[in-house]
Amino acid sequence: MKYSTEYRDPELAKGLIAAIAKDVADYAGQITLMEVCGTHTMSIYQHGIRNLLPAQVRLISGPGCPVCVTPIGYVDQAVAYARREQTIVATFGDMVRVPGSSSNLQREKAEGADVRIVYSPLDALAIAEKNPDQSVVFLGVGFETTAPTIGGSLLEAEKRGLKNFFVLCAHKTMPTPMIALASDPELKVDGYICPAHVSAVIGSDAYRPIAEGFGVPCVVTGFEPVDMLRGIQLLVRQVLAGAARVECEYSRIVKPAGNRTAQAILFKVFEPCDADWRGIGPIPNSGLQLREAYRKFDALTALPVEVEEPREHKGCCCGEILKGKLGAKDCPLFRKSCTPEHPIGACMVSSEGSCAAEYKYGDC
Amino acid sequence: MCLAVPMKIAEIAEGTAICEVDGVRREASLMMLEDAVVGDYVLIHAGFAIEKLDPLEAEKTLAIFREVLEAGGGVEA
Repeated sequence: MKYSTEYRDPELAKGLIAAIAKDVADYAGQITLMEVCGTHTMSIYQHGIRNLLPAQVRLISGPGCPVCVTPIGYVDQAVAYARREQTIVATFGDMVRVPGSSSNLQREKAEGADVRIVYSPLDALAIAEKNPDQSVVFLGVGFETTAPTIGGSLLEAEKRGLKNFFVLCAHKTMPTPMIALASDPELKVDGYICPAHVSAVIGSDAYRPIAEGFGVPCVVTGFEPVDMLRGIQLLVRQVLAGAARVECEYSRIVKPAGNRTAQAILFKVFEPCDADWRGIGPIPNSGLQLREAYRKFDALTALPVEVEEPREHKGCCCGEILKGKLGAKDCPLFRKSCTPEHPIGACMVSSEGSCAAEYKYGDC
Repeated sequence: MCLAVPMKIAEIAEGTAICEVDGVRREASLMMLEDAVVGDYVLIHAGFAIEKLDPLEAEKTLAIFREVLEAGGGVEA
């Protein structure tokens, strides 16, 4: 696959690993780097990157999986829509098994609810067009990579005059929680591996407040193993040199200012709002809600439903894991009562969650 | 969730591109990339092309990697 295979070259990877080892050879301390993108989490596990790095470099996972950081009450709300008459719930595949307080979408589907997995919000739009007597509720979960695709679909829904397409919106935006974690004294993050495709939309300049204001180096990297190793090398070098700036390893995609058209779609359809991050709590201005002009598409206001009282599962450490304070193996439920077949927390159910990645690829 | 695949645009009609990779063809909206043309490599995410791939930057990055390799893991200039 052009523009992918070249960045998986084992020889280049070996060279970068040797270079990182050489860089830190005389360093006695530890360098903690946090990735805040579920696809990076998966790449680190899939390619065994942790085991390839010298002992001085430690990688931890932050709140980078949008499914994992979505509060349990949202799943309960989606379950309530699945139970609603004349309603189709359309969603990306990763949401269907996420446990709510007492059910999940997969179970509701097994019991007869119309829950459909789609690849694109435009597919959900097509479902709405084909089923004019049903209300279609699309689960709008995701960071800035995904939010413009939902925004674009709403613009399209308006153009086509659709009256039965709604979004249950839980979009979150990326740089804000990175600032929250950078200022957490318990959590010493020496550098951020910045998300790849979120940055394609928002641009690498979006991380400047973190580097310049909080002194934490930021490097945007791609998802291929060689990209990741190069990103880690650039971060290690900044830490060793006492520098804190934004660098972009993924310049074939990410520009300093990002994709302005995508940003314009986001701005037109959404406005910032306070958002609840599962495990972290509320963070001001870290979410997106529909602007007044598009609120007619908001499932919450257009289709009121009774929702059960949210109850988090006891013993689940997803919260601490999402902050990078605990690893999957530190949770007493991991591999015991919580497995991919019977997930208790969101970090196990999402394929990009830290617990699912540790279960699949980690040391037994 | 933010995974996106680089694909080559084979055709464009009414703001929608037919993109190809390894024999797989898929439609993608060009709403966010209005200046994309046939032959461009674009990143596809959830049915939308979200960014163009810059072939010059791609080569530059690879050249840097090769320099690291040639330096035998040493510090590059």
